[in-house]
Amino acid sequence: MVAFTLPKNSRVGTGKTYRAPAGAKRVRRFRVYRWNPDDGANPVMDTFELDLDQCGPMVLDALIKIKDEVDASLTFRRSCREGVCGSCAMNVDGTNTLACVKHIDEIQGDVMVYPLPHLKVVKDLVGDMTAFFAQYASVQPWLQAESAAPQARERLQSPEDRAKLDGLWECILCACCSTSCPSYWWNGEKFLGPATLLQSYRWIVDSRDENTGERLDYLEDPHRLYRCHTIMNCTATCPKGLNPAKAISEIKKLIVERRS
Amino acid sequence: MARARGLGSAHTGVSEWWRQRLTAVALVPLCLWFGASLISLTGADHAHFAAWMAEPLHAVGLLLVIGAASYHLKVGLDVVIEDYVHTEWAKVTLLVVNGFGAVTMAAVSAFAVLKLAL
Repeated sequence: MVAFTLPKNSRVGTGKTYRAPAGAKRVRRFRVYRWNPDDGANPVMDTFELDLDQCGPMVLDALIKIKDEVDASLTFRRSCREGVCGSCAMNVDGTNTLACVKHIDEIQGDVMVYPLPHLKVVKDLVGDMTAFFAQYASVQPWLQAESAAPQARERLQSPEDRAKLDGLWECILCACCSTSCPSYWWNGEKFLGPATLLQSYRWIVDSRDENTGERLDYLEDPHRLYRCHTIMNCTATCPKGLNPAKAISEIKKLIVERRS
Repeated sequence: MARARGLGSAHTGVSEWWRQRLTAVALVPLCLWFGASLISLTGADHAHFAAWMAEPLHAVGLLLVIGAASYHLKVGLDVVIEDYVHTEWAKVTLLVVNGFGAVTMAAVSAFAVLKLAL
């Protein structure tokens, strides 16, 4: 059966509290999930008090400040710090998002920070993305065409056809959507999840790609595609404002269309 | 990658998906009619009820309700089982029980309608 409660070794305890420096005026508490694979202990929530007057505006700024000045062992991924690399995806204030584009001011009360849900935790806020990226690679996310490419220039596309890729190409594979999807939680081994399906649709709808049929063949499966029950958590959580649920329903429509 | 590709695509799913939606659409007017009929028959005795059911239009309507509802129930419960039951033998057993149950329910209901109508 599906596991609705955490196993014993994953129950979250209370961790250490790091007080704000004396004289701090705008104090905010950050409660951060900590788990270390090397100490054999259960995960805990550490509490860090920060002075917001001495900290950047985003949740990622706070995490970097904690790592630099309070506890260097705090582990998380980050790179671009401007919402284009997808590295710092985590669960902040109950929603999957990118820590670098999430304003601390938007959050009421303590700032709760967890890793992305239902990924195996590697350490602290870092989840194991191996299966996620393997699923992405399995849809062969590159242009496939038998027609020879023009000699002197790239393959051309009309502005209208190019516009069909808007809302798809922006996906940065941060996995916020897939890890917010209950179907992906329960059946992530077989269901490809919203991110991979949106990426697959990005090639299905590309006028230059000639393998549309093969791509649809790959997806036409009770688990890979039809585990999506239009719950729409994916669309609600996407930090880039994209709509994976719509891309998935377009795939379903195309598969119906080619039968009739 | 081997885990991501698994046993490959089953190349099915679209029929069930499509028919689930088709029966859902069909059930909207059917259920409205069925509900309204039940309300209008409130307090009727057995003879009155039997006479109502014997009307060809009513009998056919009831058979359509039974067919669409049973199929919709079967496909819907299959999806719930596949979603939440991950032990292979339990999943297969439940799917079989669900299929048999839906067909039996439909057969018994249809027989009851036909017995009164014919």
